[in-house]
Amino acid sequence: MSKQTTIFAAAVPLAMLAAMGCEAQVARTPWGDPDLQGLWSNATLTPLQRPDSLGDKAFFTPEEAEAYVAERIEATNADRTIGQTGSVGSYNDAWFDRGNSIVPTLRTSLVVDPANGKVPPFTPEAQQQHEANLVYSQEHPVDTPADRFLTERCIVFGGGAAPLFPEPYNNNYYIVQTPDYVTIMAEINHEVRIIPIDGRPRFPEHVLQWVGDSRGYWDGDTLVVETRNQRTNRFFYGVQMLNSVMSDEFSVVERFTRTAPDQIRYEATIEDPAVFTAPWSVEIFMHPQEGVLVEYACHEGNYGLTGMLSAARAEERRAAEAESAEQ
Amino acid sequence: MRIRHSLSVLSAALLLGLPALGQDQEDDIPRLSDGTPNFSGVWQSLTTANWDILSHGASAGPPEYGALLSVPPGRGIVDGDEIPYLPEALEQKQRNFESRWTEDPEAKCFMPGTPRANYMPYPFQIFHSEAGLLFAYQFAGAARIINLDNHQPSAIDSWMGWSNGSFEGDTLVVDVTGFNGLGWLDRAGNHAGYQLRVVERYTFAGPDAIDYEATLEDPDTFSRPWTMRFRLYRVAEPQAHLMEFKCVEFTEELLYGEFYKRPEG
Repeated sequence: MSKQTTIFAAAVPLAMLAAMGCEAQVARTPWGDPDLQGLWSNATLTPLQRPDSLGDKAFFTPEEAEAYVAERIEATNADRTIGQTGSVGSYNDAWFDRGNSIVPTLRTSLVVDPANGKVPPFTPEAQQQHEANLVYSQEHPVDTPADRFLTERCIVFGGGAAPLFPEPYNNNYYIVQTPDYVTIMAEINHEVRIIPIDGRPRFPEHVLQWVGDSRGYWDGDTLVVETRNQRTNRFFYGVQMLNSVMSDEFSVVERFTRTAPDQIRYEATIEDPAVFTAPWSVEIFMHPQEGVLVEYACHEGNYGLTGMLSAARAEERRAAEAESAEQ
Repeated sequence: MRIRHSLSVLSAALLLGLPALGQDQEDDIPRLSDGTPNFSGVWQSLTTANWDILSHGASAGPPEYGALLSVPPGRGIVDGDEIPYLPEALEQKQRNFESRWTEDPEAKCFMPGTPRANYMPYPFQIFHSEAGLLFAYQFAGAARIINLDNHQPSAIDSWMGWSNGSFEGDTLVVDVTGFNGLGWLDRAGNHAGYQLRVVERYTFAGPDAIDYEATLEDPDTFSRPWTMRFRLYRVAEPQAHLMEFKCVEFTEELLYGEFYKRPEG
């Protein structure tokens, strides 16, 4: 083990050392807070959960990492399947932005706790709810917009609320700080997360927002953000890929640390005792970006939702006509 | 008690006021460490311009809503109280007015565009530091990054426009281009096209007010540039904080209702 670690350490670039906790002198704002400002991306090819095929392997070697990256880029190339499946597909690969690397720690999942790299199992009640949701979704795939994901309705995306999970595209963030606020604008859906750090009181318990109510403070050089009051939905938008559920006990604690000039380490612990049998944590890294954020107008051009709704009604009409023709 | 209170107020005023006597009045305004006026804060206009940017008397709204959606009267915010439309653009304005209850982008929760976002009856919050300038609007969660350096032409057409900002003395000047031409200027159907260029000027009028002016030019829509001006006020309550107004779900019935599958009967 120690031999392996030595070899591993010899190959690590500076950013990786920083990711492992060897923190550099941080840039500061004129009023003395660590400076997180600018344009960042959290795009990564690292999966949320460790793939089953990797067993108890928590870290890739650099060689394995290289092979995994090549495999993921190939496997996620949207252009590969165009015209092959009979489906119109979604976007050409150029629109996707999953990054070209995995996290600098070479960990095999974004989940760092529990140690198996997996989101903890649901509670029995949540499991029951989850299964009922799946049945409902099959029976009512698109009666009204409320049957669709929040992203398909352009209401809120994973990049816009706590926890900040990478999306398949537009993983860019613009951070501005003042002595009283840290504000994170996500390119996706132009989501602006306003995080007061001046100790002001929280919203009353019954005042809910899709992005929740976030309050932050500096713990040394780490920005800690606690989020509650999130609106619940049977689609948990943060980890939509889990097709999970969330309850009104849902809360997130995030930690932003500028571990190197070109790196923010982002940690988030998700707790929802009514849904998950244990709290769980992820570690993701943000890297500076050149260029500018452009406007992501989702709802304004949401022909997809019209298409899904009208196509479903047309199919029902056709089925009804076929049935009456048989009689 | 009353006397003591007055005395303490007086002495506080003296303590605070005396050092300021020798300074320019402009030192009332908040500034960043580099001396730039600091526009951070929650702001809102107190006009009825979102109903009509020109002067208008009170009028009825949809009858089913009684007085709730009736139109409050207001003085216009446009210099000369006139918009120099080209003939076709004026006809478009009339058509917009006829269909305003369903076709106004505001009804659909679309991003309101610039400058309309600044005089809607919703607050917006500016985050301003030595390193960045971000406008976050409550309505539809619209947002604008103001590029203070790295000025570039707009990369894409957009609802809120592409904002390149600079300072002329203590005035923030924002040159906004790259519009998609789909926005309206108010609920009365005033509008501009994709060639719209808006030059905004933000100047502090005391620590808690901003004098705002915007000059609009669009050779496809107007026969000459024209200017609007109004004041923005700081929402000064200590708990002032922009809350979420994601109105998309409130518009789904309006936009997609014809395709809903509804329970029988």
